[in-house]
Amino acid sequence: MVVNAAESARVEQVKLLDRFSTNNKSLTGTLYLTATHLLFIDSQQKETWILHHHIGSVEKLALTTSGCPLVIQCKNFRIVHFIVPRERDCHDIYNSLLQLSKQAKYEDLYAFSYNPKQNDSERLRGWQLIDLAEEYKRMGVPNSNWQLSDANREYKICETYPRELYVPRIASKPIIVGSSKFRSKGRFPVLSYYHQNKEAAICRCSQPLSGFSARCLEDEHLLQAISKANPANRYMYVVDTRPKLNAIANRAAGKGYENEDNYSNIRFQFVGIENIHVMRSSLQKLLEVFDNIYFQYISVWTTYISVNGTKGLSVNDFYSGLESSGWLRHIKAVMDAAIFLAKAIMVENASVLVHCSDGWDRTSQVCSLGSLLLDSYYRTVKGFMVLIEKDWISFGHKFSERCGHLDGDPKEVSPVFTQFLECVWHLTEQFPQDFEFNEAFLLQIHEHIHSCQFGNFLGNCQKEREELKLKEKTYSLWPFLLDDQKKYLNPLYSSNSQKFAVLEPNTASFNFKFWRNMYHQFDRTLHPRESVCNIIMNMNEQNKQLEKDIKDLESKINKRKNEQIDGVLTKELLHPVHPESPIIKTSLCFKEQTLLPVNDTLRTIEGSNPADNRYSEYAEEFSKSEPAVVSLEYGVARMTC
Amino acid sequence: MEFAELIKTPRVDNVVLHRPFYPAVEGTLCLTGHHLILSSRQDNTEELWLLHSNIDAIDKRFVGPLGTIIIKCKDFRIIQLDIPGMEECLNIASSIEALSTLDSITLMYPFFYRPMFEVIEDGWHSFLPEQEFELYSSATSDWRLSYVNKEFAVCPSYPPIVIVPKSIDDEALRKVATFRHGGRFPVLSYYHKKNGMVIMRSGQPLTGTNGRRCKEDEKLINATLRAGKRGYIIDTRSLNVAQQARAKGGGFEQEAHYPQWRRIHKSIERYHILQESLVKLVEACNDQTHNMDRWLSKLESSNWLTHIKEILTTACLVAQCIDREGASILIHGTEGTDSTLQVTSLAQIILEPRSRTIRGFEALIEREWLQAGHPFQQRCAQSAYCNSKQKWESPVFLLFLDCVWQILRQFPCSFEFNENFLIMLFEHAYASQFGTFLGNNESERCKLKLQQKTMSLWSWVNRPSELSKFTNPLFEANNLVIWPSVAPQSLQLWEGIFLRWNRSSKYLDEAYEEMVNIIEYNKELQAKVNLLRRQLAELETKDGMQESP
Repeated sequence: MVVNAAESARVEQVKLLDRFSTNNKSLTGTLYLTATHLLFIDSQQKETWILHHHIGSVEKLALTTSGCPLVIQCKNFRIVHFIVPRERDCHDIYNSLLQLSKQAKYEDLYAFSYNPKQNDSERLRGWQLIDLAEEYKRMGVPNSNWQLSDANREYKICETYPRELYVPRIASKPIIVGSSKFRSKGRFPVLSYYHQNKEAAICRCSQPLSGFSARCLEDEHLLQAISKANPANRYMYVVDTRPKLNAIANRAAGKGYENEDNYSNIRFQFVGIENIHVMRSSLQKLLEVFDNIYFQYISVWTTYISVNGTKGLSVNDFYSGLESSGWLRHIKAVMDAAIFLAKAIMVENASVLVHCSDGWDRTSQVCSLGSLLLDSYYRTVKGFMVLIEKDWISFGHKFSERCGHLDGDPKEVSPVFTQFLECVWHLTEQFPQDFEFNEAFLLQIHEHIHSCQFGNFLGNCQKEREELKLKEKTYSLWPFLLDDQKKYLNPLYSSNSQKFAVLEPNTASFNFKFWRNMYHQFDRTLHPRESVCNIIMNMNEQNKQLEKDIKDLESKINKRKNEQIDGVLTKELLHPVHPESPIIKTSLCFKEQTLLPVNDTLRTIEGSNPADNRYSEYAEEFSKSEPAVVSLEYGVARMTC
Repeated sequence: MEFAELIKTPRVDNVVLHRPFYPAVEGTLCLTGHHLILSSRQDNTEELWLLHSNIDAIDKRFVGPLGTIIIKCKDFRIIQLDIPGMEECLNIASSIEALSTLDSITLMYPFFYRPMFEVIEDGWHSFLPEQEFELYSSATSDWRLSYVNKEFAVCPSYPPIVIVPKSIDDEALRKVATFRHGGRFPVLSYYHKKNGMVIMRSGQPLTGTNGRRCKEDEKLINATLRAGKRGYIIDTRSLNVAQQARAKGGGFEQEAHYPQWRRIHKSIERYHILQESLVKLVEACNDQTHNMDRWLSKLESSNWLTHIKEILTTACLVAQCIDREGASILIHGTEGTDSTLQVTSLAQIILEPRSRTIRGFEALIEREWLQAGHPFQQRCAQSAYCNSKQKWESPVFLLFLDCVWQILRQFPCSFEFNENFLIMLFEHAYASQFGTFLGNNESERCKLKLQQKTMSLWSWVNRPSELSKFTNPLFEANNLVIWPSVAPQSLQLWEGIFLRWNRSSKYLDEAYEEMVNIIEYNKELQAKVNLLRRQLAELETKDGMQESP
């Protein structure tokens, strides 16, 4: 069974185990391999779709009596465990998946074949939905201090920057060119966010090529120009997001950081966020905490009864794993850096220049999160898309390398964007009314940075995207999310907050929690069984419908009253207002929404799920819970001997 | 004794009060027999009104003539009083110390408290054992009320009325009592109507090292089994601990003598281990400067969530045996007054929808904690800040409430009460104007004449104005058994208790308000739609009548 991309293959009698499933019985069904997806249909016709691009690793375990186990770990943190009856089939699937999940060329990615049945103009309109020029205008630039520079119009100065860059009006082209030569990858200081009220700016760049003593007058002038563009404060902060030690080490390689003595009016600050390699291995360690408990933790039932010996994950293992992974420490570091930015602008009216090494990972995290704290627009659905387009996509965060879209250097893969989403999630937890979107929105975006279904996150910079002709050959994700907006709205959002209502999160360590809905989004038994968010969301919807009904009813009643007064009797209005009562209708679908919407990727997620639905399903599962009995006996036997 | 003797300085001016989330206030400090009161002089409204019995520990410091008293409360709040004058400060401190550690229960505030509200229903009579029994008697006739403990002679920690198998007479009960720790013979804790399975609880059997047995005991617990059925004995201690207990005259049921029962040992911690755990956890939560690694390692080493997981797991196991396997259960640890009650009451939360209502939960506390003889007076004498280290001080009840909170979080619509209700119960268990949690068992409460001399907490709570604060707006009756996840990823630190004074909950409170508004608005709209529908229908029938004559 050799699978070509074009044809699909199937294997029958495959078992699917889920590591946290509620009973340790497996589902038996048929496994299909299509050009884009791995599909499993169980005997109840329930479908589980796994996009090839989501597959992070495939592992073939040692043959067992029931067949050959195949473990697939996905980039969206789903882990599935198949048992294929014949080793030969398993081997074929394994090989096919290895091939299909790692593409060598962009053109082979799903986005280039994905067809949502839109015509060219619809597609183009989709791409035009987010307009960054419009966004800079919204911020208030260009203005008397800031202007659009055409220096990079042909990507001549910096290949990884967008064409359109905003710089201080007094920074001449030679200064810009000079500065870019003194900055790693030519990424000279440019505007990222302009705070209209404070007239202060967040700027971004890469590290200076200062080595031990080099200086560059143009670069110094450019920084001075940024200071001067802020009439309210003469000094500016230069924030190096790296740990000091890393920055110092870079000096030996001719790079480094700004010497305060050479730049007038700068205040230099390290904030100590670790590099992509540390972050990658941190996530790895975090996930390993749960890996260790893989099949020892099959069901809730067995955890109730596992007493000695076959223990599931203990609380202490969990917290010591969480601690030693360092993950939350890194999240806190990013958050603290963003708060530093927000404070510099709000409290001191000072502009800030942010960089790390190349200025596309930590710098993107800190600039975007800082802007989100400062400007409530970025906390709306549309504004959040704009923010991602601006600070991540346009400024050259290397999505394709960081997400491993193509078969490339595994050392370039790093969960930098995932960390950004997690920081935003932590903010939504602390400020439940300040975000227009909900958690499902963040999860859905995370899903699509890896899915390669839309063009937005393909490539590593704008120049590359233009060369790939993504706008002609692929679709943009954002219009699809906007169409589905209802699923992503935070029902508690209070939209009347001020534009510049700044968020001041508490970053004492106890505020940071493990993001279960991200890292265990497919392990449904771990989630609350009733989702408050969904219930309130549905109730909001229902309220809108009821308001409409009231209007309808009132107008009908008035009409009828008038008719009676006029003595005109008509028969046609006699049928009821709504043949089916909207109340009944809405309460039927009351809790049926899943945490994550089922959309084109055809996900089968039951994050935190319909209450009643779930129970019946649950009860059904347990009514035939023989294994629990068996293991209980086993447990007892062990314990009483 | 007069309180005045203890109050050396009843009043000090120019005292500055610092407490979480409020700006410092300067005012006059007054000490009364039961309260510490600070009122700012400007508008004469009191700023602080603190029960002495809520004070867990105090520290004093002096900088020149300015003294500072740091008051650490049993609800984990920490407040600071800056008192001018060394003598005043010392006097105040020693008075607070004396007043917050009164030996005699009858000097406690509940004996002096006069309610400012009208009592609609006397809480002392809200949950009578007879009424509870009636709920069962419709479903089964295998059980009876026994008055054998009427004078508290058979078991000092049991209530006068208990539910036992019908076939066992009082004489047998007396014999069984001599075979069980503290005289706590097996009694009915819960009857599962769906399949007739039961949870019983007791003290450990006094088998000792030579394997004593008691025919009546065997007969009693076998009387609860249906023909051919087997039951489970859940010992909340590890096998090791249970074996060690034999040396002190205790022990566990031998298979040979109880062939129809299978014994499962769980290890739920007790006494000072829980107390130390609480001390560590509160200490970790109170230090905002901890870096992430230190915080996580402190949280871990407190072991609090490990205890939560262990207790919940045992409760789930019990519920599973009852509901899924159709097996009856006997639970005990050593005394049967702590971990046993945690497990029996949590199992009921899981199994019994009624115990998830406000009324049902109150009945549960009354039945499974107060009447079942959990020694509240001893366990809740001190909280996380006290150094006294008495063996009997232990946050057993708080752990139970925390477990309920964990389930509530996982099933936010299945409970009629909200988190505030649990927090309120925690506060009143440790310091209260009501008599409900005074004493260690019914016998002591009887002697103290609490019913006559103090007000019941339930009299206050069950008034509509109070109930509204504790009602969960999301509640929708759910008649199913609810199975919580006990995975560490699903358990969380109870922020409403442990971070309550360490960070502002302003935004969370506002969001909660908004949620309540949406739900209220929904109800309003539904009512209005129904009204309009009816109006329209009336108009239409009128039309019809006019039309068809």
